[in-house]
Amino acid sequence: MVRFILRRLLQVIPVFIGTTLLVYYMVFALPGDPIAALFGDRQPPQAVIDTLRSQYHLDEPFIVQYGLFLKNLFTFNLGNDFTGQPIAASLARVFPVTAMLAVEALAIQAIFGVAFGVFAGLRRGGWFDSTVLVASLVVIAVPTFVLGFVFQLVFGVQLGWAKPTVGANADWGSLLLPAVVLGLVSFAYVLRLTRASVSENMNADYVRTATAKGLSRPRVVLAHILRNSLIPVVTYLGANLGGLMGGAIVTEGIFNVPGVGNKLYQAVLRTEGPTIVSIVSVLVLVFVVSNLLVDLLYAWLDPRIRYDQ
Amino acid sequence: MRDKEMTTPDVSIGEARANGNKPLLEIRDLAITFKTGSGEVQAVRNAHLTIMPGETVAIVGESGSGKSTTALAAIGLLPNNGSVSGGQILLDGEDIAHASEQRMIELRGNTIGMVPQDPMSNLNPVWKIGYQVRETLKANGRPSGPEDIAKVLSEAGLPDAKRRANQYPHEFSGGMRQRALIAIGLSCQPRLLIADEPTSALDVTVQRQILDHLDTMTTELGTSVLLITHDLGLAAERANKVVVMYQGRVVEAGPSLELLRNPQHPYTKRLVESAPSLASRRIQAAKEQGVETADLLAPAAEAAAADNVLQIQDLRKVYKLRQGLGKTTDFAAVDGVSFDVKRGTTTAIVGESGSGKSTVAKMVLQLEKPTDGKILFDGVDTSLLKAGDLFKFRRRVQPIFQDPYGSLDPMYNIYRTIEEPLRVHKIGDAASREKKVRELLDQVALPQSAMQRYPNELSGGQRQRVAIARALALDPEVIICDEAVSALDVLVQAQVLNLLADLQSNLGLTYLFITHDLAVVRQIADHVCVMEKGRLVETGTTDEVFEAPQQEYTRALLNAIPGAKLMLPPEVA
Repeated sequence: MVRFILRRLLQVIPVFIGTTLLVYYMVFALPGDPIAALFGDRQPPQAVIDTLRSQYHLDEPFIVQYGLFLKNLFTFNLGNDFTGQPIAASLARVFPVTAMLAVEALAIQAIFGVAFGVFAGLRRGGWFDSTVLVASLVVIAVPTFVLGFVFQLVFGVQLGWAKPTVGANADWGSLLLPAVVLGLVSFAYVLRLTRASVSENMNADYVRTATAKGLSRPRVVLAHILRNSLIPVVTYLGANLGGLMGGAIVTEGIFNVPGVGNKLYQAVLRTEGPTIVSIVSVLVLVFVVSNLLVDLLYAWLDPRIRYDQ
Repeated sequence: MRDKEMTTPDVSIGEARANGNKPLLEIRDLAITFKTGSGEVQAVRNAHLTIMPGETVAIVGESGSGKSTTALAAIGLLPNNGSVSGGQILLDGEDIAHASEQRMIELRGNTIGMVPQDPMSNLNPVWKIGYQVRETLKANGRPSGPEDIAKVLSEAGLPDAKRRANQYPHEFSGGMRQRALIAIGLSCQPRLLIADEPTSALDVTVQRQILDHLDTMTTELGTSVLLITHDLGLAAERANKVVVMYQGRVVEAGPSLELLRNPQHPYTKRLVESAPSLASRRIQAAKEQGVETADLLAPAAEAAAADNVLQIQDLRKVYKLRQGLGKTTDFAAVDGVSFDVKRGTTTAIVGESGSGKSTVAKMVLQLEKPTDGKILFDGVDTSLLKAGDLFKFRRRVQPIFQDPYGSLDPMYNIYRTIEEPLRVHKIGDAASREKKVRELLDQVALPQSAMQRYPNELSGGQRQRVAIARALALDPEVIICDEAVSALDVLVQAQVLNLLADLQSNLGLTYLFITHDLAVVRQIADHVCVMEKGRLVETGTTDEVFEAPQQEYTRALLNAIPGAKLMLPPEVA
């Protein structure tokens, strides 16, 4: 098991270099001059432009810029963005917010998705199952920005149950509404996956044997149907965690959440290579670690899976 | 017949009163109905059954006869769309046919136990064996410490039970898993044990050990057993009474040996005749009625003068097993096997799972490359065949596989399935191919209307006929049957074996028959090769091997045929 984890962590190196190089190159290849964009309609003196260019190494060729970025990264000095703020500090501000949002959304998906899915799967074709299936189809079909605005209007403005926007001081409570919107679509997928998996497993021979042993119904469901049904669900949730950490640009935009999505969007608008690549670097790590967690969860859920072969 | 059916329970009740004890389980007039998409289906009608304390009663029948459904009703485990629509299930006088789920949970485990059919799918793969025993003990309010678990497992014949309890099902062999399931079924010392085909998924020798052990345990505990099986020989050997079910009805019931020696109902007679474990002659006997005597003698006469169509010389197949850290060990699945197959005869390779018999078949079919040794087909070394010659070779050697559910493409209709080899080999045009398919369907006794149907619309026996028709499409000389009848019910099995025998005498086919079932060998083979752990331990004509087995292993295999020792009057055998 330790060997497996070490091997997986070593795999981070090529993945990391590959993704950052690619993203850095794409930013480099974007049309437009970021320095000119900083000054808007005014034409700054050539000396100022040159100073800024050399300050941000924009006059160097691509590969040198990338090398400098790597060097900074490994000395834990990410440098400053175009507004003069240290990148490390702004990352430290946005990532916790998005992490809170992601965890909250993930918890909503996992808890409600699995619970509803189990009930629907156990009584396939019943009224609960039919209702939930139609409702989840609606949630999947309606675009997130529509859901977001509707929730904001209904729960935030009209009913006043939650703050319609999050603003600077994000906490668990104020992030609940965006988390619900963010989690809703995946909730529908988790529900459907769980439902399919449960209704397949409940006809398994070992479930009948478990019943024949004299176990109570809740025990049969929890120990013999649910655990065996979780494997596809865990795969989906794991992949989803990475996606959630990347920030939800639309949802964060609607609810004014100062998170990764917002930051990334602004950085892309300003063609700020170092900021974009710094965020991507963290995301690569998040992806690798969450996938590793999923694999370890697999081995726990299904003992037939062993990694030390 | 009706009389017998009706009186059987009464007789038992009479006996019971005389003996002063009451029946443990009494099923009266039971009817079970399934709701399906196309209306209601009566799966069981007027079923009668009585089990006295300590008695073993077997229900025998083919799949779909309602035998498992009846047993599942007794433990309240009918599928969701099934329900008891009439009659009573009396357990100690209490009618449990419509008992509440709560009452059934109380009864399951400590009053009625179950040993299910397939040891591969009946243990939950994600829990340790010990855990699965523990939850049974716990749910029924019994002590469930590590010692109790180990005791239950070791009583079921599991060696080293303490350590084994910490393993997962996938670390167990089939026989060990079945022992674990028996341990679970008997762990709370139920008064009635329902054993649903408890050994049909296991090798014959393992089957015998498990059944012997089950016998000993239930005798010691005084448990009544309701044994469900499709094998009349096994039922007669293990049970005091046999109940024969056919199309949802009990057609005959009575003491085992009496029923076996003097079957009354036509269906029971057919069952007795075709029970593979009871037949003692090659299937030619069955052809006697229909085919001329000349035809009958033909294969034997031909065989004497015939050449060897297949010569297997010192065949070896070594697999490399990974040991971790980049190390491998060699595992010889087939080791130094040599035998000849004469044209127009049937050679059977028998052995338990893991004996290497299927690997030999794969190498003969050129689906696996031998590590060493030669396979000569018509005197030509098959390993030297080039792509084009190999293509021609495949036309002359065709396989029929075990699972007719898995070996037919569900998306191809029957016409396309049988026609495909003709198309692949570019034989004839569309019209002549269709004519050929119709001929083939006639040969395997399938109606021509089957052409437009899909595999899922056919029964197991019909599917295997389709597989045979497909194998015959290219007019092959040799057919390799890899457990070709193992998945079929006895009566269907008998029909398919008869069909294969007829085709052999009409077309001069050569069969290489791979099977674990010696009873089938007896019916179809001229020569037998017995394999054990990759080696050929005994060869000879079928009569030689069956009447005077030379090896201990062969004797063990023969003894393990259920019902082999039952005395039968000659007119039945």
